[in-house]
Amino acid sequence: MSELKLMKGNEALAEAAIRAGVDGYFGYPITPQTEIIEYLMAERPELRTGMVVLQAESEIAAINMVYGAASTGKKAMTSSSSPGISLKLEGISYLAGAELPAVIVNVVRGGPGLGTIQPSQADYFQSVKGGGHGDYKLYVLAPASVQEMADFVEDAFDIAFKYRAPALILSDGLIGQMMEKVVLKPQKPRMTNEELIEKSGDWAVTGKKGRERNIITSLDLQSEKMEARVRRLMKKYEQMEKEDLRFEKINCDDAEYLIVAYGSSARISQKAVELGRAKGIKVGLLRPITLFPYPKKALFDLADQVKGILSVELNAGQMVEDVRLSVEFKVPVEHFGRTGGIIHTPEEILEALEQKIIKNGSIRHHKTRESSIL
Amino acid sequence: MEVSDIIRPENQVFCKTKLMTDNALSYCPGCGHGTAHNLTMEVIDEMGISEDVIGVAPVGCSVLAYDFMNIDMTQAAHGRAPAVATAISRLWPEKYVFTYQGDGDLAAIGTAETIHACNRGENIVIIFVNNGIYGMTGGQMAPTTLAGMKSSTSPYGRDIETMGSPLKMTELIANLPGVYYVTRHAVHTHKHARKAKKAIQKAFENTRLGKGLSFIEIVSNCNSGWKMAPNESNIWMEENMFPYFPLGDIKVDGILKK
Repeated sequence: MSELKLMKGNEALAEAAIRAGVDGYFGYPITPQTEIIEYLMAERPELRTGMVVLQAESEIAAINMVYGAASTGKKAMTSSSSPGISLKLEGISYLAGAELPAVIVNVVRGGPGLGTIQPSQADYFQSVKGGGHGDYKLYVLAPASVQEMADFVEDAFDIAFKYRAPALILSDGLIGQMMEKVVLKPQKPRMTNEELIEKSGDWAVTGKKGRERNIITSLDLQSEKMEARVRRLMKKYEQMEKEDLRFEKINCDDAEYLIVAYGSSARISQKAVELGRAKGIKVGLLRPITLFPYPKKALFDLADQVKGILSVELNAGQMVEDVRLSVEFKVPVEHFGRTGGIIHTPEEILEALEQKIIKNGSIRHHKTRESSIL
Repeated sequence: MEVSDIIRPENQVFCKTKLMTDNALSYCPGCGHGTAHNLTMEVIDEMGISEDVIGVAPVGCSVLAYDFMNIDMTQAAHGRAPAVATAISRLWPEKYVFTYQGDGDLAAIGTAETIHACNRGENIVIIFVNNGIYGMTGGQMAPTTLAGMKSSTSPYGRDIETMGSPLKMTELIANLPGVYYVTRHAVHTHKHARKAKKAIQKAFENTRLGKGLSFIEIVSNCNSGWKMAPNESNIWMEENMFPYFPLGDIKVDGILKK
């Protein structure tokens, strides 16, 4: 039965993992996501569903436990925050290379280095541009509410198993720590071993009962085979772009100006859009829900309609590069962000839109006219 | 009597290990890995557990163990095999899970994973082939390289003052309460190989009985890395490796041998 509760984002995600029938969670404490493993340990999921929860000796061990569990076809996940995700990247690259389904959660804090424990979106590049070594991508879901923290667990596993590829839930300290209403889905049973073998027996290592042996590896010493593997991965990513892109458009129909923001920045930008509209500025919001695949086409098309775009992020300017690439410089694109764990206010965002886009946009047009006169 | 009358399955005393594939071994002639592979597969075959076993291959010379062992296997990142095996064993408690690792993998980069899997007393078998060198990358100093021993990264011999002493990982983990069986063997003679096989069998029996972690070190040679002829390397191993890494049981049925 569905249940309405008031929960922290991290706790909602943990509860959703139990209810989604996840087989194994392997984690290591790091702020601001430690509630996930604390909640799981307190809930005794081994009694509720038989789910295994293990506190590993490090983030590295945790991701490799996920690798082991995933190689047997089980639904396995881990969570961490920025410095911990850096440690997991080798394992994430192995998951992608060995074509294993798994879910990784990053409740982002500020960096670089030990940085800060406050919210940040400074891991955008790390999440969508590879992060680990080699030619791979992650399917990246960016929740903007506690509800999405819960819902995206099952969505991420669906994608992970559809493509046999790791999926990332890219949250941040704000969404992870805040409390909101959340509707929790009813409990799904965990896959039985028989169901698992039926579903994944053609590749998973479960003991070679009644079949040829299965092998999980990311190693191809023959160049031709390795290139074939990379091509196979690229095909998956192309298919993700065609079939599993997600984004949301708010007040875009008549928009003359556009804000692009994801996750917590999208929440705050939505308020900035309201404030702007109240002042008579026709501003809309495009919220990418998946950061890979990215809503390139939607942005490209909107660039024919709007006069300028502001990319609002909790970082020094990362997603703005993808916005620029998407619109192919048809309109001015600027970045507005705060770092160090400081959260921008809706008023600041609106002011940035007015200063960097609305005012500057007219200057640019003026310059263009000047140059055309000359 | 024709030769074909003599060569019949019922007359065969020795044959190729059934659970070894027909792939040509990638190991150098004279290397102990092939024998260690064979013994492991013989035990699994004789125990009749080949359909319930999941092996974890390391990074190093035996990274391709899955090419030779005809069982389900997953290949782990460098040093992380005990973490990989932990999750498999926890999620498939009825299966026999083992790792097969070298000394660079297990005793250097994977030290944390090894110690913690041992400390949790995971119900797995760890087969640790110690040849005192990084073989795959061409003979660099390993944590188990002996004092004064030359390698490509200790070309003047391992200097204890600056490079530390060779690490006795096996003795180290034997002291952890979660570890049930710890023993050290060799495979360079039939006598040694038979003893090693018995130990491997005992280890998988321990898994069957849910006794916890069994750890088998196999002190082996690396004739290529040591830059010796195979037989010469075995003699060198007996004279130099065995005194520092003495063969025999260290912990049996959860009790340390004095």
